[in-house]
Amino acid sequence: MRPGHSPRRRKAIVVIDGAIALLAILLIVQMWLLSATLESYLRGHHAVVLPAAIVSGVLCLACVGLAAFVMRADRTDREA
Amino acid sequence: MSGLQNPERDPLWREEFSVFAEDEQYVTRRQLAKFLTLTSLAMFAGNAWILAKSLLRRPPVYQDVAIARVGEVPVGGVKLFSYPGPKDPCILVRTGEETYVAYSQVCTHLSCVVFFNASSRRLDCPCHQGSFSVTDGSVIAGPPPRPLPRVVVERRGPDLVATRMEGA
Repeated sequence: MRPGHSPRRRKAIVVIDGAIALLAILLIVQMWLLSATLESYLRGHHAVVLPAAIVSGVLCLACVGLAAFVMRADRTDREA
Repeated sequence: MSGLQNPERDPLWREEFSVFAEDEQYVTRRQLAKFLTLTSLAMFAGNAWILAKSLLRRPPVYQDVAIARVGEVPVGGVKLFSYPGPKDPCILVRTGEETYVAYSQVCTHLSCVVFFNASSRRLDCPCHQGSFSVTDGSVIAGPPPRPLPRVVVERRGPDLVATRMEGA
């Protein structure tokens, strides 16, 4: 962040960084979910596969939403 | 040169190719967000693939298959075969003069291939040190959560015939 940046820009960057951090946390949860699902599937426990896929899809949508928010916030702030 | 002196007046596209090292961070943020999102899509695709595999699996059909001839395998020896399908590896162990046992060769932990350890008389999995009893396929040690599926073997004349699987 350059010293010449406006307070608005600095605030926006903090928000964007927070959104990216949340995105990373969601991705870590999704990685754990995939490995746990694979392990259960290989053990023959097929009951967990469908709920895991649904949760993974919801997490994926959340990630897409956060990424869209990051893009929009960054673009809006730079154009302002 | 006015752009260098007052970079905040640069057009939007120029920030993507900024000469300022600090401005690279903004590009990096967007790229990181895209990368994380694509990785998230890949994770979801993995879960969807597992779901598809689970939904499309069919119950196995067991047929009588001659897997060996009596006396073909020495006492303490093994013979590998496939049952019920060509992609289902199994292992036949002759544990005594008249005793044969057969199990799926796929470990119930993470699907590694088990082998017969003649010295300890166990079926060992080399991946995570799992061990199964050669007598009944039960778990003796290690992380496997279930016994090995057992292949029911019948003696029909000179042949040993696999008829079905138990615990699959």
